[in-house]
Amino acid sequence: MSVAIHFKDIVKKYEDTVVIPELSLDIREGEFFTLLGPSGCGKTTLLRMIAGFNSIEGGSIAFNDKVINNVAPSKRNIGMVFQNYAIFPHLSVAGNVAFGLQNRKVPKPEMKQRIDDILNVVQISQYRERMPKNLSGGQQQRVALARAIVIRPDVLLMDEPLSNLDAQLRIEMRNAIKEIQQEVGITTVYVTHDQEEAMAVSDRIAVMKSGIIQHVGTPRDIYQRPANLFVATFIGRTNIINAELSGESAAPLLRIGSGYAEQLPPIPTGIPRVSQEPLPVKLSVRPEEFILSEDGTGLPGRIVSSMFLGLHTHAHVELESGQRIEMIEQSTHGQELAQGDQVRLKIDTRKINVYDETGEVNLTAGARP
Amino acid sequence: MSGVRRWDIWTLITTLIFIGYFVFLALPLFMLLINSFFDGTTGEFSLAYFQKFFSRAYYMNAVWNSIKVTVSVTLLSVLIAGPLAYIMSTIRIKGSGTIRILILISSMSAPFIGAYAWILLLGRNGVITGFFRDVFGLQLPDIYGFSGILLVLTLQLSPLIFMYVSGALKNVDHSLMEAAESMNCTGIRKMWKVLVPLITPTLLAGGLLVFMRAFADFGTPMLIGEGYRTVPVLIFNEFISEVGGDDGFAAAISVIVVLFATAVFLIQKYIANRKSFSMSALNPIEPQPRKGWVNVLAHTVVYGFTAIAMMPQVYVAYTSFLKTSGRIFVDGYSLDSYRDAFSKIGDSIFNTFMLAGISIVIIILAAVLIAYATVKRKGAVAGVLDTFTMLPYIVPGSILGIALLVTFNKQPLVLSGTAAILIIAFVIRRLPYTIRSSAAVLHQVNDSIEEAAISLGASTMKTFFKVTVPMMISGVIAGAILSWISIITELSTSIILYTGRTRTMTVAVYTEVIRGNYGVAAALSTMLTVITVISLLIFFKLSGKKEVTM
Repeated sequence: MSVAIHFKDIVKKYEDTVVIPELSLDIREGEFFTLLGPSGCGKTTLLRMIAGFNSIEGGSIAFNDKVINNVAPSKRNIGMVFQNYAIFPHLSVAGNVAFGLQNRKVPKPEMKQRIDDILNVVQISQYRERMPKNLSGGQQQRVALARAIVIRPDVLLMDEPLSNLDAQLRIEMRNAIKEIQQEVGITTVYVTHDQEEAMAVSDRIAVMKSGIIQHVGTPRDIYQRPANLFVATFIGRTNIINAELSGESAAPLLRIGSGYAEQLPPIPTGIPRVSQEPLPVKLSVRPEEFILSEDGTGLPGRIVSSMFLGLHTHAHVELESGQRIEMIEQSTHGQELAQGDQVRLKIDTRKINVYDETGEVNLTAGARP
Repeated sequence: MSGVRRWDIWTLITTLIFIGYFVFLALPLFMLLINSFFDGTTGEFSLAYFQKFFSRAYYMNAVWNSIKVTVSVTLLSVLIAGPLAYIMSTIRIKGSGTIRILILISSMSAPFIGAYAWILLLGRNGVITGFFRDVFGLQLPDIYGFSGILLVLTLQLSPLIFMYVSGALKNVDHSLMEAAESMNCTGIRKMWKVLVPLITPTLLAGGLLVFMRAFADFGTPMLIGEGYRTVPVLIFNEFISEVGGDDGFAAAISVIVVLFATAVFLIQKYIANRKSFSMSALNPIEPQPRKGWVNVLAHTVVYGFTAIAMMPQVYVAYTSFLKTSGRIFVDGYSLDSYRDAFSKIGDSIFNTFMLAGISIVIIILAAVLIAYATVKRKGAVAGVLDTFTMLPYIVPGSILGIALLVTFNKQPLVLSGTAAILIIAFVIRRLPYTIRSSAAVLHQVNDSIEEAAISLGASTMKTFFKVTVPMMISGVIAGAILSWISIITELSTSIILYTGRTRTMTVAVYTEVIRGNYGVAAALSTMLTVITVISLLIFFKLSGKKEVTM
């Protein structure tokens, strides 16, 4: 029932503007796959190309081995959940769910059985005969999901399905979506711009920018070893710091500013350099990857502001270079990060990511080449 | 928002509708143009008609009269209906729901019925004139000519402004008024600086509608004008009159009129575009109860206007029950007028229902398709269709009638004198109401609803009929009722196109009034009013609204 989706050199153009240039991607069977990126990055365009609502100007999309470029949207056997749910307002809950089954000429008794089953799965059996206008946002969302799944699609497509819900409901629904997807096991392509949501539901995530996939990986991989600076800044919060790298690949030495150096773990690909000059690099240091130094060494800085948030304390620190960085410390009793305090900061060398000067290549061990 | 332009069933439908508009609207207007530039007898190119028009004071006078009437009616309507709408939106008036419906009804009848009713009331032998003369010895001013036309058209058309402004005031957020007050801008200053600019786009839109209707109205100046000749009267006379009637000359005047109307339309659009913005009120202005003289004054103004606006129809209905002897009303009541109406011109009732009924069926079908094509299938052809549907706003009914006649009175397609030509005219003129209200609903329907249906395996046509049409239907029916009312009350096209076999009720009323057969005319008018009111009530019931957008 479920399929793998293969994109091969996919091109999307509007008039003469290329929106997606030659994109290739493989989505595995039964996987919960998320397209994540800022608005205008082409993620919805790509999703709608799978659905057939956007034309394909080059390359091919295949479900397993079958190329679907020229298959009409109504014949692709997809289930789609829309951002605004797109519930038919003139049909009841059951009528909405039955719509796709009627088009497939499913016999009456089977249809009833399948509607009953799916309404149980999404937990809206009690609203069976209600009209959509009498449903809350979350309930409409469940109807949309039921309607998309009940036809046993090869692929389930979801276009920012939670963006119209309030924060509380969004968390509740994303858990529900994840559970339901696991239960039915359909290959799912999910589009969102909310990275936390993507992390919560996905097996794998593709981070997109300007129609190009920047990084494909598990949520953990994408957060901990982002492929480039864009991904590092887009996923979670991070500080970008200029530094220099010298020494051997097996024992590289990282130097930040004038007075702070750290030994790094070996760099597997070797340090790319043309001469013996130190290599300028860019560091991505997440707020929690700074450590308050106790021994008087480390990057000197002055606390500009601090905010006590219970478990953690957030602080903005101005470095000697004038750059302001953001850090998070676990709150402790007694000690306090007060405004104006002079501090010294170290970095957690096992966690930070080191990029070449362009920010395009991650030199850190464990990053994908 | 499909990226590819698929050649599907919609391409065919759009093309067919396009051809329909081309043959029955663009071609006739073009023929009109040809007729105006070529001599009727010799068939040679000539500017003689235009020379004749611009060189004689007689014709220029009619143009001047038309402009005077139109501008005066438009300004007066704004000045009366604007404040009236403001009063009804800010001050609680007892029975305001009923008042709104009455004002609406008063605007829905054919204007010439108003003209003839006012003649009965204020004319030389009018009831009110007589009353003042006999009781007070006062001679009321003459209502024939300019003043009568002004009275009738203002009362008839100011309800349109009233409805437009009421609608706009509903979208003005009360907080805007309070914000102005908090910045020490109050009273008249607040009105002028805040409220008037906010409703200016609406005033412009309503003003244009009134302008076009007043400009194109034929029945009113014909009945109450008594020699005060306006352009539509001129065209009618030139075209119809058996002695000296001249199609070519009528065509030339028509061309000038259409150009003038187009210019006004474009200027209005230009100004309105620069001043337009969208509003929606979270906190709309609510009518507040007032005390003392303000309350009394507000009630007096509102009730007074409604009474005067309703007077013609009420009085006509009253006279329809009077006993008649020949053509004169005599003491006592009877249903004779109705009996006469049915026996003598019953066929006009049948004709009205048949012609309007067929037209409405066509209108519904075409409007659903056109609304869909223009809203959801944007493209070059859809853009042209959109322009075509706007044309009837600019082209006066009598001119469309003439254009159809000069085009279809010869081979290959002879339609003159048939019911078909009336139906074509009705459909083209009254289609816009239904298109507009269908399109308005369709704009609310997100594209993803259709995509959802398609992704669930429905074909294009199945999606359209099972999903889109059910969602549009409320707007379609609401619009169709407006089209229906405006067809059964329309005179200016039917008077040009009718023959003995296709006479409609309005034509019958008009001819009976001309003949002085007031009893029968009153009976027919009253029936028209009753049908209109019933249709409106159905409209309110179905649309759940208490107002109409034209």
